[in-house]
Amino acid sequence: MTRDEITAGLAEILEEVAGVNPDDVAEGKSFTDDLDVDSLSMVEVVVAAEEKFGVKIPDNEVQNLKTVGDAVSYIAAQS
Amino acid sequence: MSRPDVVVTGLGATTPLGGDVASTWDAMLAGRSGVSALTQEWAAQLPVRIAAQLAVDPSTVLDRVKLRRLDRSEAIALVAAQQAWADAGLADSGLDPERLAVSVGSGIGGATTLLAQDDILEASGPRRVSPHTVPMLMPNGPAAWVGLELGAKAGVHSVASACATGAEAIALGLDIIRSGRADVVVAGGTEAVIHPLPIAGFASMRAMSTRNDEPEKASRPWDKGRDGFVLGEGAGVVVLERAEHAAARGARVYARLAGAGITSDAYDIVQPHAEGEGAIRAIAKAVADADVAKTDIRHVNAHATSTPVGDMLEIGALHKAVGDHPLLTATKSMTGHLLGAAGALESIATILAIRDGVVPPTINLDDPDEGLSLEVAAHKARHLEIPAALNNAFGFGGHNVALVFTRV
Repeated sequence: MTRDEITAGLAEILEEVAGVNPDDVAEGKSFTDDLDVDSLSMVEVVVAAEEKFGVKIPDNEVQNLKTVGDAVSYIAAQS
Repeated sequence: MSRPDVVVTGLGATTPLGGDVASTWDAMLAGRSGVSALTQEWAAQLPVRIAAQLAVDPSTVLDRVKLRRLDRSEAIALVAAQQAWADAGLADSGLDPERLAVSVGSGIGGATTLLAQDDILEASGPRRVSPHTVPMLMPNGPAAWVGLELGAKAGVHSVASACATGAEAIALGLDIIRSGRADVVVAGGTEAVIHPLPIAGFASMRAMSTRNDEPEKASRPWDKGRDGFVLGEGAGVVVLERAEHAAARGARVYARLAGAGITSDAYDIVQPHAEGEGAIRAIAKAVADADVAKTDIRHVNAHATSTPVGDMLEIGALHKAVGDHPLLTATKSMTGHLLGAAGALESIATILAIRDGVVPPTINLDDPDEGLSLEVAAHKARHLEIPAALNNAFGFGGHNVALVFTRV
């Protein structure tokens, strides 16, 4: 799966869970500061991403995933 | 310093009869029933297969993403509160948030969220349980969401007194303004528990009507053929305001909330006191608190849920506490029993009855119980000048609440 495909998959999840416009989702964007995803919604995003991409994202990793790009890198490395 | 007057300046509701106050009131005056058959698959196994479901689903009013984090009882409380807030014209009034409080309760709370998330826990494990579960099921959730939406900083309160909740939440609002803690209180009740477990629980108590083949005739307060209440869902919210504050901003005033009476039976966890002792005291306290003559209470929106025992006890209590002159109605004959929202919705009906000089009908009162010794607006709405009116609400646990509204 390419980085663009993972970004597109995350955009779908972010739209469903937090109402984020998919056009706003890019690797440089911060989940909290740019996309306005709060902590509870972030939990939902992580669980949905695990399901969608078939990966495990432990809670202690989540705090390191500040930007969409961080998440894409983590998922790409796991899958 | 004299005690401040409190008036009602905004109304909001979403009910089995309509998605707002105007449509609900029109349907009430027309004598329409909001009760229908439950066609969901889960209903087939239940002894009770009827309910009064919302006329307008909150999903057609609120944003999809927001709804993901709201229990249905929270969603409809927000819908009703937004309507009441807009109706009161407070949005751009410059009201100090520290002078705005909320008092919104629920009888049962987020039970459907609890049950749905338990299904997920059993089927998929703990990691799949929504992180929104706790704020969705907590009983203060509806009040907290309303406070968040309106920016209320003078305190957010969530009364829980079963079927007296909505009325007690309004009584608390009265106290808050009288004590000087706020100028405006958004007050009311909400309930949304049309789900197999609560229905099975109430049905096991033999408290519900099983007239499954005639849904619209199932809720029949004071009729000889009554066999229990019909579960309804909905929310009702009123904006209470210190009268001087409302006058200063030129607000439209529906009615005055003149008094409240709250008592408890200390008798039985579910059975009302056999002589209605607690109800009598609540009504008498409300009338005294309102400082009106008993003869001015021309109308009563009764609690009357269509249960064999409770309906007639209330008649006896009204006789003793008010007299034999008021014209009664039981709007639950049309809306079903909204539990924690009942006292709020019925307060709204009481307020509009005063404003419009009309008492909404009690439908299905075809064969009145011999003990029905007070006059009821049976079948059709009746015109009546109403200087003052009473709304009663009683709840499991022995809660008795009476509110007196007067014409302005």
